[in-house]
Amino acid sequence: MAQPAFERPDMSGSQPIEASRLAALSTNRSAPLSSASSGEVPDRLFHIAIVGCGIAVLGVLALIVYQLIAGSKLSWHAFGLKFFVDSAWDPVNERFGALPFIYGTLVSSLLALIIAVPLAVGAAVFTTEMCPKAFRGPLSFIVELLAAIPSVIYGLWAMFVLVPILSGYVQPFLATTLGWTGLFTGPQYGIGMLAAGIILAIMIIPIISSITREVLSVVPQHQREGVLALGATRWEMIRVGVLRNARAGIVGAIILGLGRALGETMAVFMVIGNRPQIAKSLFAPGYTMASVLANEFSEASGDIYLSALVQIGLALFLVTIVVNALAQLLVWTVTRGQPARGHA
Amino acid sequence: MPEMVRAQSQMPPVGLRRRITDHVMTGLAVLTVILVLAPLVAIFAYLVYKGVGSINWAFLTQTPKPVGEIGGGMANAIVGSIVILAIASVIGVPFGVGAGIYLAEFGQNRFGSTIRFTADVLNGVPSIVIGIVAWGILVRGHGFSAMAGGVALAIMMVPTICRTTEEMLRLVPQALREAAYGLGVPRWRTTLSIVLRTATSGVITGVMLAFGRVAGETAPLMFTAFGNSFWSTSINQPIAALPLQIYVYANSPYDDWHRQAWAGSFVLIVLIVGAVSAVRYVVRRGSFGTT
Repeated sequence: MAQPAFERPDMSGSQPIEASRLAALSTNRSAPLSSASSGEVPDRLFHIAIVGCGIAVLGVLALIVYQLIAGSKLSWHAFGLKFFVDSAWDPVNERFGALPFIYGTLVSSLLALIIAVPLAVGAAVFTTEMCPKAFRGPLSFIVELLAAIPSVIYGLWAMFVLVPILSGYVQPFLATTLGWTGLFTGPQYGIGMLAAGIILAIMIIPIISSITREVLSVVPQHQREGVLALGATRWEMIRVGVLRNARAGIVGAIILGLGRALGETMAVFMVIGNRPQIAKSLFAPGYTMASVLANEFSEASGDIYLSALVQIGLALFLVTIVVNALAQLLVWTVTRGQPARGHA
Repeated sequence: MPEMVRAQSQMPPVGLRRRITDHVMTGLAVLTVILVLAPLVAIFAYLVYKGVGSINWAFLTQTPKPVGEIGGGMANAIVGSIVILAIASVIGVPFGVGAGIYLAEFGQNRFGSTIRFTADVLNGVPSIVIGIVAWGILVRGHGFSAMAGGVALAIMMVPTICRTTEEMLRLVPQALREAAYGLGVPRWRTTLSIVLRTATSGVITGVMLAFGRVAGETAPLMFTAFGNSFWSTSINQPIAALPLQIYVYANSPYDDWHRQAWAGSFVLIVLIVGAVSAVRYVVRRGSFGTT
């Protein structure tokens, strides 16, 4: 086998580094470059390995679905769909209904959205449209830092800082001013639905804010210029030229935040009070789907109890899948196929 | 945008009401930023204030004292977290990077889009649900283990790594691949030694982001790794983890354990923020930045 007559390219200074790497690579090869068979077997193996990794991603999803369905079979047989509308949660008599948890999850998440959306969108608008360029980087970095704090630390902070503030100042104030609505009545322990909603809001603001920022930044500059040229003030420019164009994406960002809120476990679990009840007052303790799993799963005795918990997990999984898929599609329509960032 | 401002000033004067609305909305936007930043500052300040004051040598070198006794530390939890994260990385990183390579180099078809969408959906699955799945596979019938915790975290790492790897590989110019093929370099070698190597810093960013995200996870470890008050590095035994220990101590009635929960949080955040900052530093030095 003759060595191929392959000239090493001239490597004088200006060559990009990649070219030199390439050249080094090819001259080091002992097998003839022209032989087609030299790369074929490893290429096939490589392709199989890579496709395998891709399939593994699908496999993980399949595994999740399988485990949840298989694990909750007992409970399905025992309670059926009634499981989701029954408000009894009685491990002793093995009677299970998920309604209090579904209620708690929905109310705490909605409360979080009500607080978080105006703040997150406002902050995003400020960073992209109003803020001096020099502050933009640091500001978004700080907001992203919020997303890097583990949920258990939010929970710790909420337990020792937020809850005393709520019970000492916020709840008495709300009770005297808005007590007549019935939403702010009862004992003021601090712990309860309100605390859960507030800590959730703090946790989902970075997600909503960073994706909204991304969506706003892909609104074409000429839209802004066009509206300004018609004599609009800055706010009118933002409202007509920016927010209106980015509507779908902002809704996507909000729904993505909702998806995160629905599945959030630790922080909520630590401050919501963990009592399976449906109370109108936001001061009252509640329970969420994620927090009942965290609290009772490792101590659950009896197959039907475990099965009921897995069924709650299945419901939680399906709801977050639907919510996230919807959000993803909405964000995609605006950013054209770029994945929504801000998860990390 | 100075040009625009000048253009605006040549127009008829803006009505008072519209000007007031403009100012009010600007003020509201500033207010939202302040309200967004306030909790962050509060959390960080409190964490540093409580954490720094609570850390001592015993905390970093000793295992937990029996319930109610003062002193002891979280050394076993720090090591336990490292063991679990090592397991998660060993499993999660190859699969994640592999899937990312597939999407970037071979994934321009319907199958690729399916994987892409699946990865994005997996990203949003609540961590506690992943915990149930890992429990069902590895714990049910076998008992709690560090392995199960590692697998749970690995499952969470894969989608993030997969998507960032894909993005980074796409930034590598097509010409580099063509040049490699032109020289007769086989496809696998091109992908690994040219494309992946060029995008190394970006891929590492993705890996570290995923790492930072799972490093603080508590919920999926509660019924997989379970926690342990004693030294253990065995992957078949229950193992302590920093976030778990923080949770257990926070929920206890003892002041000294609350103190240690803050210290543990501080150590955890230093580890995570350290990783994120290291990544930003690496990326800034690399030739290919992030998008």
